[in-house]
Amino acid sequence: MRDLNEKAKQAKEKKAALGPDIDLTTFDAEPVGIPRLDSPSQLPEKDRERMLQAGVDASEEGRSGTYIQKDTAVVYSHSSQDGLLVLPIKQALEEHQWARDYYWKLVNVDADKYTAGAQLNLHDGYVIRALPGSRVFLPVQACLYLDRNNISQYVHNLIIAEEDSELHVITGCATSPHLKRGLHVGISEFFVKKNAKLSFTMIHHWAEEMMVRPRSVGVVEEGGLFLNNYICMKPVKSLQMFPVTRLTGRGAVSRFYSLLAGNPGTTLDVGGRIFLSAAETRAEIIARAISNGGTIVSRGDLVGEVPGIRAHLECRGLILRGGIIHAIPELQGKVDGVEMSHEAAVGKIAQEEILYLMSRGLSEDEATSTIVRGFMSVDIPGLPAPLKAEIDRAVEQSNKDMM
Amino acid sequence: MLIIEDLKVTLGDKEILRHIDLEIFPGETHILFGPNGSGKTTLLMTIMGYPQYRVTGGKIYFKGVDITHMPINERARLGIGMSFQRPPTIHGLKTRQMVRICSRNGADAEAMAEKMKFSDFLDRDINAGFSGGEIKRSELLQLMAQNPDLMLFDEPESGVDLENISLIGNTISELLERDIHVHTSPNQPRNKALQERKKMGLIITHTGFILDYVTADKGQVLYEGMLSCKSNPQEIFRCIKRIGYEECVRCAT
Repeated sequence: MRDLNEKAKQAKEKKAALGPDIDLTTFDAEPVGIPRLDSPSQLPEKDRERMLQAGVDASEEGRSGTYIQKDTAVVYSHSSQDGLLVLPIKQALEEHQWARDYYWKLVNVDADKYTAGAQLNLHDGYVIRALPGSRVFLPVQACLYLDRNNISQYVHNLIIAEEDSELHVITGCATSPHLKRGLHVGISEFFVKKNAKLSFTMIHHWAEEMMVRPRSVGVVEEGGLFLNNYICMKPVKSLQMFPVTRLTGRGAVSRFYSLLAGNPGTTLDVGGRIFLSAAETRAEIIARAISNGGTIVSRGDLVGEVPGIRAHLECRGLILRGGIIHAIPELQGKVDGVEMSHEAAVGKIAQEEILYLMSRGLSEDEATSTIVRGFMSVDIPGLPAPLKAEIDRAVEQSNKDMM
Repeated sequence: MLIIEDLKVTLGDKEILRHIDLEIFPGETHILFGPNGSGKTTLLMTIMGYPQYRVTGGKIYFKGVDITHMPINERARLGIGMSFQRPPTIHGLKTRQMVRICSRNGADAEAMAEKMKFSDFLDRDINAGFSGGEIKRSELLQLMAQNPDLMLFDEPESGVDLENISLIGNTISELLERDIHVHTSPNQPRNKALQERKKMGLIITHTGFILDYVTADKGQVLYEGMLSCKSNPQEIFRCIKRIGYEECVRCAT
């Protein structure tokens, strides 16, 4: 721990490689005392509504576990299935050696000022762990909620799918309706062990003056599957993240899907890098971006390091009402015998498609929203139905807002 | 009833149709012949209301309403529908959803798809990677769901394999209520069925195959932007086959 603090202190001023620099001192970082709840249903209705829009259901129906954090404090943490652990990370670090073994194992604490800040100001976060062989079919939900204006929230999450386990996580990040400005820094470390399956779906529902800097790294062992879905359709001032995944075991598979909307005043710089470092590994990065006047940088980088790997990257952007979509697809083949491809397209809705739908009786607006909805509906194989439903709901909600 | 009066249509800078007069009464089906580039598709797209086909003169009336400058979706609502030759792919929009859109959620997509041997396509994106014949079946499925009063068919048999041509032909016949022998029961006389026939059709054909399946009331030949011949469709088709369009329209002038 002392080493970590030392390293973090040295990186306190270190600017990130990507995204506009943020003056962290303009946000409050002092912990806020908030009492624990016996049940998420005790949350005020306005909070519950906002959480629901980010896929977190306070009724806990159809969920195998729940973690809710408000500002800097955990208010609820619960697992309702054997073989599934859901813990606040501070508690886990205190009580369990295994948690300390995973902590900062993949993300470098001195990567930039945000990782450093997360070590120096740690405001909790969650540990979700499926024990070996346990199949957790119902999703675990986690909510990182910001309530107080101008607050900064530094969290650190560990998501561990042990050997032969299956785990589905939905994380909703949201702000209360009255919050205008805030900062969220979230460190996430993903461990997908041998033959384990992990799906991680993150829905962001921020506010117009929010600054957001997630930092995450995952590792997938032999035969493991890691699905990483990200949905950000609501306004946010600046969001930059570049999650990295390493496929280190034979036959490991990872797929990243992102659905992004660039609203006026929003700058998103989102992408990911997947290293294919073992035989027979597969990776896919798929992004759909629509711009309504905002700026979206959609990155993707696939790195093929051994022969026989297969990887594909696809980025499609639609500019609806102004704004910028900047697609940066990258492929790095480092040996003979890799099979890697990408396609990127940025354009507008084809008039021909609108007219076709109008000839079936839809108005021009209905036709446009039908096309946009289709554009954003990406089939994600291997995702359980309730998660699919949450993604559809998040997209649908935003479509309504935009049209 | 569809009435077209002295219609002139421009596409880009080019005048494609000049002086088109056409009347289709309720219950009537017309066949539209014409060489490539004569403006057949332009006429159908203009009736449907595609805005790039600019009406520079004349009028179009449907059910007594002047639709000359009516938006495409309002024409659809009024009862005009079209089977397109090369419809666009819409990614993420399933054929099933498209059928629902056509029927305003009223149709049994499964049953209709089964009829069109199209059940396997319901969960595929509309027109994505469809073959020529699959596009036709998809278009007919949509028209079936939409159930318009005036149906425009742009070469419904092109690209259709021999196995499916009868399916396409018989479906069009049914949609246009031409299959009266099927509907007529002993206690319902044939002429009554004919009187009750209300559907109107305008079919473009190159090959004439469709004539084997769909009875039609009139044939029309579109030649150099004008409708030059109105006669029995079988006769016109035979004439075109024998002596070609140029000679064939000469009889009309």
